[in-house]
Amino acid sequence: MSKNKSEYLINRHDNQYEVVIGLEVHAQVTSESKLFSTSATKFGAEPNTQVSLVDAAFPGMLPVINEYCVKQAIKTGIGLKAKINKRSVFDRKNYFYADLPQGYQISQFKDPIVGEGKVILDMPNGQKEVGIERLHLEQDAGKSIHDLDPKNTFVDLNRSGVALMEIVSKPDLRSPDEVNAYIKKLRSIMRYLGTCDGNMQEGSLRADVNVSVRKKGSKEFGTRCEIKNVNSIKFMQMAIEYEANRQVDLIEDGQTIDQETRLFDTKKNETRSMRSKEDAHDYRYFPDPDLLPLEVSDDFIENLKSEIPELPDEKKKRFIEKFKLSPYEANILVSDIETSNYFENVIKKSDVKLATNWIIGELFAALNEKNLEISESPISAGNLSKLINLIKDGTISGKIAKTVFEQMMKGDKDPKKIVEEKGLKQQSDPKALEALIDKVIDDNRDKAMEYKSGKVKLFGFFVGQVMKVSGGKANPQLVNEILKKKL
Amino acid sequence: MSDITKQSLSELVENIKSKKLSSSEVTKAFVERSEKSKELNAYITENYANAIDKAKNFDEKPNLDLKLPGIPMAVKDLFCTKDLRTTAGSKILNNFVPTYESTVTQNIWNEGAILMGKLNCDEFAMGSSNETSFFGNVQNPIDKNLVPGGSSGGSSSAVAAQLTPITIGTDTGGSIRQPASFTGTVGLKPTYGSCSRYGIVAFASSLDQAGPMAQNVKDCALLQEVISTYDEKDSTSIDFKRNEYSKELIKDIKGKKIGIPKEYRVDGMPKEIEDLWKKGIEYAKDCGAEIIDISLPHTNYALPTYYIVAPAEASSNLARYDGVKYGFRAEGENLIDMYEKTRSEGFGAEVQRRIMIGTYVLSSGYYDAYYLKAQKVRKLIKNDFDEAYKKVDAILTPSTPSSAFKIGEKTNDPVSMYLNDIFTVPVNLAGLPGISIPAGHDLKGYPLGLQIIGKAFDEQNILNIAYAMEEKINFKNNITDWWIK
Repeated sequence: MSKNKSEYLINRHDNQYEVVIGLEVHAQVTSESKLFSTSATKFGAEPNTQVSLVDAAFPGMLPVINEYCVKQAIKTGIGLKAKINKRSVFDRKNYFYADLPQGYQISQFKDPIVGEGKVILDMPNGQKEVGIERLHLEQDAGKSIHDLDPKNTFVDLNRSGVALMEIVSKPDLRSPDEVNAYIKKLRSIMRYLGTCDGNMQEGSLRADVNVSVRKKGSKEFGTRCEIKNVNSIKFMQMAIEYEANRQVDLIEDGQTIDQETRLFDTKKNETRSMRSKEDAHDYRYFPDPDLLPLEVSDDFIENLKSEIPELPDEKKKRFIEKFKLSPYEANILVSDIETSNYFENVIKKSDVKLATNWIIGELFAALNEKNLEISESPISAGNLSKLINLIKDGTISGKIAKTVFEQMMKGDKDPKKIVEEKGLKQQSDPKALEALIDKVIDDNRDKAMEYKSGKVKLFGFFVGQVMKVSGGKANPQLVNEILKKKL
Repeated sequence: MSDITKQSLSELVENIKSKKLSSSEVTKAFVERSEKSKELNAYITENYANAIDKAKNFDEKPNLDLKLPGIPMAVKDLFCTKDLRTTAGSKILNNFVPTYESTVTQNIWNEGAILMGKLNCDEFAMGSSNETSFFGNVQNPIDKNLVPGGSSGGSSSAVAAQLTPITIGTDTGGSIRQPASFTGTVGLKPTYGSCSRYGIVAFASSLDQAGPMAQNVKDCALLQEVISTYDEKDSTSIDFKRNEYSKELIKDIKGKKIGIPKEYRVDGMPKEIEDLWKKGIEYAKDCGAEIIDISLPHTNYALPTYYIVAPAEASSNLARYDGVKYGFRAEGENLIDMYEKTRSEGFGAEVQRRIMIGTYVLSSGYYDAYYLKAQKVRKLIKNDFDEAYKKVDAILTPSTPSSAFKIGEKTNDPVSMYLNDIFTVPVNLAGLPGISIPAGHDLKGYPLGLQIIGKAFDEQNILNIAYAMEEKINFKNNITDWWIK
């Protein structure tokens, strides 16, 4: 494997292969109730406690579309810069399974609610645009639980009928890294919009991964395999890597790729055939006669547009232009809505440059160490802002600030109080500093002589001594100035 | 007492309101007659004791402002009734007791009516003779071993035999109008979207519609007024201004333009049907209506279209009966085996036939040729009616191509059975209202019906025409109570 010019290619003998990836992301719509019923959608509830007669497909029960979910899907479409289809149709996807009570899933087949759009990725070698094919609304199925009993399977219908958005990308992705960036960007956009919480542990975001390979330079797509229902970015990347290499090996061996659906075994780190194209289900899609075509007006869409917040791409642009951040810094700060909100709150009353460095540097490191999200940060934006102001106005040095910061991480305390209580205030009185410096020079007369005779490197030694004697509180700038004069 | 069951719904309502009769008297009379009429096999589930209790309760605190005060009523077993078994005529729901009530029946109970029991029907409403019911065939009170029509055969039999003053059926391709025609009763299939489908066991969702089955047009109008409401729980329910059909019922139809579609003169139609139709035209003229010849050019394609669309939807609607959640379950070695055994044993032959047809026409490779083509033809059939209604206010046709046939006569010939619906099916495909009224007898003395088809939401108009013609026709059902020993 090589990564020339950050290109992801698989080398075998004299051949180089490019990997072509398309994703079908299933994103759970953030909504109190289900797509076609009023049942709750709370994660982690006792099995079968969030199930209505509609969800359990009792005789004579009928679906009624949840307007909120429709709005969420359209908002997401707007966030993906996509075409919103004013008329869309719900179809039935028919198949039998114990956790599919209706015997069909209500989905959108021919006429999805959202058409073509795009997502911009920031890759190390520049930006990359990934096309969105479509976004449609559909119901989730229930959950079959096979491991609670040796003979029986249990079914939990809490998920049955929960609204999902299936977001289908074009086959524009070329590496596991791009997949990582794509999923993160998609999640970021949806979290900005509040349309999907993107929580992969809770299954709010899963993906079917389509992988094919082709010789570098080839314009034709290879035969693809679909890896079903992968629920973490790490596993997606591992599955792609395994699958791409498997396909290259087959081609190099003179064999052909069978179009099939595969499963990723996370324990063995390999993909396995689930069913071939011949065994593919015939889902007998047809328009659901219980639901009329979904029609939305221009006004309805315009109203939703007015509710769309500033999205990461726009925010990034603004941060670069207005705050003179580097693209790297801006990228990090806009990557999720909580971070950017935190950042903007800090800089309301403090220096942008210092704030940027402190958030990206100290704060992220500290949060990482404690495995905390920014939303769980022990240090509020307001107090970080105060800390930065203490540095800026010379009350404390950067070094002391780190000590104060550590204290703050133990519980959100006003940094001013910490400085006062611990007596950490910077020594900035020139007279007092002069006395201190005089003493240091006096104590190290030999070194002072050496310095005067040209050993200028010793300057650092004197600064260090002064700082030590002052307990780190001496204002370093003033120390520098006075030392230069005295020596 | 013996007179009570001979009274029409309107008379009973009047007599209860004027306190000449109590709900208990009325209910007991119908229960007694129902009990003596077991041979008709009209009921699947009886609710007699409960009904008598409820009647007693009603009489203790009668609310006489209601439209159906203390009126006992049995309903087709396709309507889910809270705490009372609902089978859809199928083994697969043999043990199913809903915890909820259909909107249509709830509307009826809200107006003071009392549930007497659940009436037999073809399994999942798939049939034209009530012979596909898991609970056995139903006798037509007109004559022994005669089918009562279907799928609302228990309903038509019960109304004709006066086991219930009135009832409701469902009509997907003629399941109210054809049995009404076979039993000398009145049956209305309302406009699609007029009556909520919530809580009705689904057959073909885009065609199913509940409607009243009565002894006369006035009763029919009264019940339609009660059952037709806009319902947010049914996305295909339509919010339009509904008339007070019984109050606004008038016999004056002077100047109404009534269309006679030439395409309904089908090959091999018995002369007595042709004669009935001619008679109907004369009756309409006598009422002052203007008769206009019209064309519905795609009529011939209605039946094949219906037998693609309806089974397609049914194949999907019936997928939920899988033995997992409720209803009948056969034991199996594994999930697939359980499904196969449950559905093979739980569904009867006709239902299985339609599931297979429906599955076939939706299958990849056949979808375009069958389902999609059928949807296009359906649109053309609707357009035919739209065109015709530019010229006329209503359309008059026979209800069925024949009178009631003998039990077993067509069991082994599904196509001949399907032909029964030839005049009723186009109305469902176009989503229009249609009413069948008894208009005469054939040579055997069996009743024959005429169908009046209206514009969408124009129930009042066809009820008025039916009301006017009913008076002229002056039909008398000849029922001998042959089944009562």
